[in-house]
Amino acid sequence: MPVAADAPVVLEGRKITKTFPGVIANQDVDLTLRAGEIHCLLGENGAGKSTLMNVLYGLYEPDGGEVLVRGEPVRFASSGDAIAHGIGMVHQHFQLIPTFTVAENVALGNETSRLGVLDLDATRERVRDISRRYGLAVDPDAVVGDLSVGVQQRIELIKALYRDAEILILDEPTAVLTPGEVDDFFGVVRGLVDRGKSIIFITHKLREVLAVADRITVLRAGRAVGTADPATATEQDLANLMVGRDVVFTVVKPPATPGEPVLQVADLVVTDTRGVTTVQDLDLTVRAGEIYGIAGVEGNGQRELVEAITGMRPPAAGTITLQGRDITHAGPREVADLGVGHVPEDRNRHGVVGAFSIVDNVVLNQYHKAPFSRRLLRREGPMRALASDLVEQFDVRTPGIDVPVDTLSGGNQQKVIVAREMTRYVHLLVVNQPTRGLDVGSIEFIHRRIVELRDQGVAVLLVSAELDEILSLSDRVGVLYRGRLVGEFDRADTTREHVGLLMASGGETEEVAS
Amino acid sequence: MKARDVAAELRRSLDLQPVLVPLLAIVLAFLTGALVILAIGSNPVDAYTALVRGMYGSSDRIAGSLGRSTPFIGAALAVGFAFRAGLFNIGAEGQLLVGATAAAWVGTWSSVRGLPGIVAIPVLLLAGVVAGGLYGGIPGALKARTGAHEVIVTIMLNAIALLYVRWLVSSQDPLILRDPAATVPRTSRIDDSARLPDLVSSTPLHWGFVIMVALAVLVWFLLQRTTFGFEVRTVGANADAARYAGMGVGRTIVLTMALAGAFAGLAGAGEISGTSGYLSPGVFVNIGFDSIAIALLARANPFAIIPAAILWGSMLSGAGLMQQEVGVSIDIVRIVLALVLLFVAADVIVRTVFRIRKERANALDTTDLAGGWGQT
Repeated sequence: MPVAADAPVVLEGRKITKTFPGVIANQDVDLTLRAGEIHCLLGENGAGKSTLMNVLYGLYEPDGGEVLVRGEPVRFASSGDAIAHGIGMVHQHFQLIPTFTVAENVALGNETSRLGVLDLDATRERVRDISRRYGLAVDPDAVVGDLSVGVQQRIELIKALYRDAEILILDEPTAVLTPGEVDDFFGVVRGLVDRGKSIIFITHKLREVLAVADRITVLRAGRAVGTADPATATEQDLANLMVGRDVVFTVVKPPATPGEPVLQVADLVVTDTRGVTTVQDLDLTVRAGEIYGIAGVEGNGQRELVEAITGMRPPAAGTITLQGRDITHAGPREVADLGVGHVPEDRNRHGVVGAFSIVDNVVLNQYHKAPFSRRLLRREGPMRALASDLVEQFDVRTPGIDVPVDTLSGGNQQKVIVAREMTRYVHLLVVNQPTRGLDVGSIEFIHRRIVELRDQGVAVLLVSAELDEILSLSDRVGVLYRGRLVGEFDRADTTREHVGLLMASGGETEEVAS
Repeated sequence: MKARDVAAELRRSLDLQPVLVPLLAIVLAFLTGALVILAIGSNPVDAYTALVRGMYGSSDRIAGSLGRSTPFIGAALAVGFAFRAGLFNIGAEGQLLVGATAAAWVGTWSSVRGLPGIVAIPVLLLAGVVAGGLYGGIPGALKARTGAHEVIVTIMLNAIALLYVRWLVSSQDPLILRDPAATVPRTSRIDDSARLPDLVSSTPLHWGFVIMVALAVLVWFLLQRTTFGFEVRTVGANADAARYAGMGVGRTIVLTMALAGAFAGLAGAGEISGTSGYLSPGVFVNIGFDSIAIALLARANPFAIIPAAILWGSMLSGAGLMQQEVGVSIDIVRIVLALVLLFVAADVIVRTVFRIRKERANALDTTDLAGGWGQT
């Protein structure tokens, strides 16, 4: 529902400029938030969205410009001042203590005590009250560490509401959520504005912006480059505005020419770390020169399936064959050396060593082989040559090959991983969530490289929670539901709706409750 | 390349911080120590002058300081090397003692007697390396197999080594390693052929110092230039990524701890061979524990361990003169050393006092010895 253009402005940034040594993070940015609206701030990684929010929230002092709350100029010395003015922020990385209960986390910093003894009764009551009023459904006595990411995010919202926030700043709130949780979350956000809250919603996902925003401001390279009305704007318009050039959305690819089977999985059973069976009697074949996409809501066995194929988790039963060779019980080293590339789901945990240079990261799983090693010694020359070559080929934006990878943006880190895995000698490439958290430009680039690899005759197994990614890249699609493949189609023979239905219900019921 | 990238690159290449902060921590520790000296009614300038003369006032004193520093280098390498694999080796104390004991025992073998030094000395040192290596390998294997935390295991193994060795050396019935002719508990003197020659004659400075410096170079080479060293560093920086990359994480942990133990064992054997020629209980007490502080001061960098260990050994060696001449207790040196450690661990204090801004950690400077407890 559109918000009247004459609704009062509750928060305004005028000509905000913030520089860090050698870099202008924000330059003359104007932003107005009206009462009861959802204002989306859209921009690529590094466009200055978070800096702007940190200025509005009092974490940074701007070098130029001013912040006004309900028309009054304010100077925040700290986030405490911002909270006192009714501004709350939910950070991308939750600030919760996992071993504490919900009520304890909410009270943290505002605890009430009686004779020195913590008194949480009032907090508990208010948490119940807030969750009832805003439809957040959170039990104040649950231990935070036991709760799903989606629920933890609601606790962050409750923390802000508990402190009487009228203005909520949400920094990439959907980055950590599954598609189902995202829909729930949008419902929650709508409920908040219906009850008079005003929200700044930061994201780089175009679909979400159009689904939820009342107004859109696009940030590029530290400047506000435009505002858009979600009623008239298209994803293409927004993407072009964000990136500053025309973005090719649809992946252009010639029809696949599948060859011999490369990966064959038969009767596979895999259990997770807790011993729960998460992959059940799974059969799967990926041929040379095709992209096989595994669609599914996260947590339906994708992780364990990928780990079993790449040798990181021994299967409980079944067989895995690579080009006719049994690799069921092979470890990660053997699987990699046999020509399997693996772009892992969690790039910081598995994909890169953040403290290491680009050089060390591009040889992470081939440092022991010629030409990178001779008689147990490292050979820096070939390593550096490879790093320079890959940085060039994959357009990794970096000041040099010796900088630690964790100083690069997420998209550039992912390019380092993708570059390493695609340019090794591979017959099979397993990619799990290859574009999570990346901006439009990087997604476009990585998709193009995946298709190129397919056209060179490599078998590609693509796992993604983004249905759009599966549908635009895959030649065949399998739907994973509760550890089983509940459907397998040629891409041309299926629709978004059909796959979505299978993802949600496994095809067990005709209708899905919405 | 953008202007900001150029600026960042320039700052990186001029980055003196890894050296600057420890140096300033030392300065600050001496200044704070001066306050303590003032408080006990002595003159800090006189005390420090005497201390420095005690450390480096004559060639004999320099030799004495370097001699005292020698085992600290090896033991600190044992701590620092393990740390690069993310392992907190608190066990250098026990590993050094076990190495020293093995060397003291092998040195009394009749088959060693009469061998030329060029054979006898390496045999003796090898005994220390093997014993220390096995003793260090135990916590490594327990960690790799069962997940038992190396901090707990090495602390317990220190106590076991200390008490067991004391018994071996003291027991008269049964008589095990004790020299029956000696009036105090100690082992028999090792054969002269197995003694490391003095570097400067009639001083505590023996060839063990050269061996320890060479060991530091070797450790650096191992870490930076070999594929195994890359595995060690990867396991230390991100064990999950190491597993993803196909590295044998358990194997790396066991080997790293065994090598660390071997370094400490070599330091212990070098002391037996280079100084007393026999082992008496309590003689090496605290070398392994001080070495944790030295490794921290050096941020686990093998080259930086050399000056850090020399500072440590020199101050302990020079303190006697300060006490003799100015009447300031030797314990003041212990206080200053403890302050150095405090200021290095709590580097915020140093940064505040000297107004140094914290830079983003770079790859060579991720060794945060003060953190990491309990998380591996």
